[in-house]
Amino acid sequence: MSENVLRLDSITMQFGGVVAVDNLSMEINKGEIVALIGPNGAGKTTAFNTITGVYEPTNGEVSFLGRPIVRNHPQGKMKKLYKGSDPEKFSRAPVLNPTPDRITALGMARTFQNIRLWKTQTVFDNVLIAQHMLRTSNVFSAAFRLNRAEEAAQRREVGELLEIVGLSDVKNELATSLPYGKQRRLEIARALATHPKLLMLDEPAAGMNPQETHELTAFIGRIRTEFDMTILLIEHHMDLVMDISDRIYVIDFGKLIAHGTPEVIQNDRRVIDAYLGVEEDA
Amino acid sequence: MMKKMNRETVITAVILLAVLAGAFALDAALPSYHIAIKVVKKACVYSLVAVSMNLLNGFTGLFSLGQAGFMLLGAYTYAILCIPVAKRAGVYQYFDGGIVRFSLPEVFSGVLGGTIGPVVGMLCALLIGGLITALCAYLIGLPVLRLKSDYLAIATLGFAEILRAFFQWNALGPLTNGSNLLKNYPDIGGAAAYIILVGVFIAVILLLVNSTYGRAFMAIRDDEVAAEAMGINLAHHKRLAFIISSFFAGVGGGMLAMYMGTVQALSFKSAMTYEILLIVVMGGIGSITGSVVTSFLYIASLEWLLRGLDSGTFLGISSPIFKNGFRMAIVSVIIMVVVLFFRKGIMGDRELPDLFRPRRKAEKKGGGAQ
Repeated sequence: MSENVLRLDSITMQFGGVVAVDNLSMEINKGEIVALIGPNGAGKTTAFNTITGVYEPTNGEVSFLGRPIVRNHPQGKMKKLYKGSDPEKFSRAPVLNPTPDRITALGMARTFQNIRLWKTQTVFDNVLIAQHMLRTSNVFSAAFRLNRAEEAAQRREVGELLEIVGLSDVKNELATSLPYGKQRRLEIARALATHPKLLMLDEPAAGMNPQETHELTAFIGRIRTEFDMTILLIEHHMDLVMDISDRIYVIDFGKLIAHGTPEVIQNDRRVIDAYLGVEEDA
Repeated sequence: MMKKMNRETVITAVILLAVLAGAFALDAALPSYHIAIKVVKKACVYSLVAVSMNLLNGFTGLFSLGQAGFMLLGAYTYAILCIPVAKRAGVYQYFDGGIVRFSLPEVFSGVLGGTIGPVVGMLCALLIGGLITALCAYLIGLPVLRLKSDYLAIATLGFAEILRAFFQWNALGPLTNGSNLLKNYPDIGGAAAYIILVGVFIAVILLLVNSTYGRAFMAIRDDEVAAEAMGINLAHHKRLAFIISSFFAGVGGGMLAMYMGTVQALSFKSAMTYEILLIVVMGGIGSITGSVVTSFLYIASLEWLLRGLDSGTFLGISSPIFKNGFRMAIVSVIIMVVVLFFRKGIMGDRELPDLFRPRRKAEKKGGGAQ
C-alpha cells in the first residue's frame, strides 16, 4: 500500500445558498497523477481552492501526508443555511484555516488557470522568488549579504531547474514576453522551486493547441519521473487526462459522480451523460 | 571576490564619486548659507524620503500617504534629543525648560571628545528617530495594512494628520514644546556630509531591494495572489516593508529638521507628502535613481533656478507677469509635460547602471515592462 499524500474528507463548499462542492472525498497516493475533471462550473477550481487555502471550506477536512491541515464545520449563520451532509462530523475537532502561504510551506505548490507570473520580473527571477520561502536568512542578514552562500545555492538550483524544464536559454527575458506554452512551463518550474511534495496544476493545457498539449503531456510525465512527484490536475482536455492520469475523479454540480482508472471513466454511463447531456426520453 | 567589474558599474561609480567631489568643492568654495549648498542639502533629504516612499509605493505596491507624519516623528525626536542643555530654558520658555534634561551630542562629546562626539550623538539621534518611527509604523500597520490601495492611502493620510495635531497638543508641551518652535539644535555639516549620510542610507535600501526580501516585495506588487501561493507571507512582508520605509522616512525627517534649523508640527502638512509622491511618480515608480535625480531637479528648480519667475527677472528677461505665484504655474506646466512625455516617469523602472548597458538590452527591458 503506497503512502497517502492528500486526502479530502467530505469537503463541502457552500456560497450563500449555492453548494459549489458537495461532500467530496478523494485520495491521492504518492507518485500518482490524479485528475479531477468535470463540465464547466462543476466545482473543480472551487475544490482546488479549498485545498490550497484560498477558500475556507464550509465543512470537511483536508489531510496532507497524514496530518489534517484544513478543517471546518458549519458555524454561525451557515448553521441554518447549510444544505450539505454531515454537519456534525467535524464539529468537535478544532477549526484549521491556514493561509495559502502556510499550505505552500507544508509542501503543496500550485499553478493557476489564468497564468499568474510576476510581470516585471525575468524568467530567472520568477523562479528565484519562489525560493524565498525556503530562506533561513532574516531581513538584516539578507540586506547586508550575510546569506551569500544560501543565495548562491538558490541561484544554482534555479539554473538547474530552468535547464530541466528547457527555459535556460530565455532566463533573462521578461516572463511575460515568453510564448504561452513556455509561460505555462515557467509556472510549473516556479511551483517546483518551492520543493513541493504535491504539485497541483489548474488547467495546465487551457488555451493550448493540440501540438502544445501533446508537448505538455510529455512534460508532465517527465516531471513525475525526474522529481518523483505526486500530481493533482484539473483539466478539460480529455486526451491529456486520459493519457497521463493514473486515476480520475469526475464531479458534476459539485458531486462526485465517478472515479477510477481512465478506462473505467471512459465507459462510465454517468460521465458520458454529464459531458454530452442526457436525452429527455431516455 | 568580486566578479570582473563591468563597464556600467565603473561608469556609475565614477559618476557617484564625481558628485561627492562636487559637494566637497561646493563646501570649500561657498559659504554655508549659499543657496547652492542649501539646495543640495534639501534635495538630499528629499531624496532619502522619496526613496523610502518608493520602497513602499513603488516596490511593494502599498499606496501609503503617511510620509509627512513619519517625518514629523523623526524630526521631533532629533530636535528634542539634540537641543543643547544650556539652551533648553530658552526654547521651552513656556514649559519650564522641558522634561528632557540631556542632549545626545553633549553626552557623546563628554565620552568621545569634542570632535567626533557631537557627530556620533547626532547620528544616534537620527537613528533613534528612525526607530521610534518604525515602532509607530508597526503599531499603525497592525490595523491599517489589512486595507488595500486607496483605503490604505486614506488611512495613512489620516494617521499623519492626527499625529500633526497631537504634537501641537499643549499637554505634551514639556516634551514637544506644544505649537511653538523647537530650535537651536546643531546641524551635522555641509553639502558633502549630507550626501555621504543620505548615500549610506540609500545604499542600504538598494541592498535590501536587491536581496531576496526585495524580490519578494516586488512579487507582492506584481501579483499578490501568486506571491501568497508561492509561500510568501503577505502580512509579514507588507508589515516589513511598511516598517523599513517608515524607518527611513523618520531618519529623513530628522535630517529635514537639521536642514531647516527649526521644527514645528505645522510644517508637516499632507502637502509635503504630495510633494514627495510627485517626486516618486515623476522619477519613476520603482526606480531609486529616478527618485534621487528628480528630487535634485525638483528642489533645485523650485527653490533656486525658477526663483526669478516670482521676482521679476528670469534669464535676463523682465516681464510684469513674473510675479508671486507665476513660478508655481510654470512648475505645474513642467510637471504636466513630464507626465505626458515620460509615461512611466523620467527613469521608468531603470536604475543608473541600466543607462550604460548596451542599447538593445535596455530597450527590451523598457519595452516589455509595459
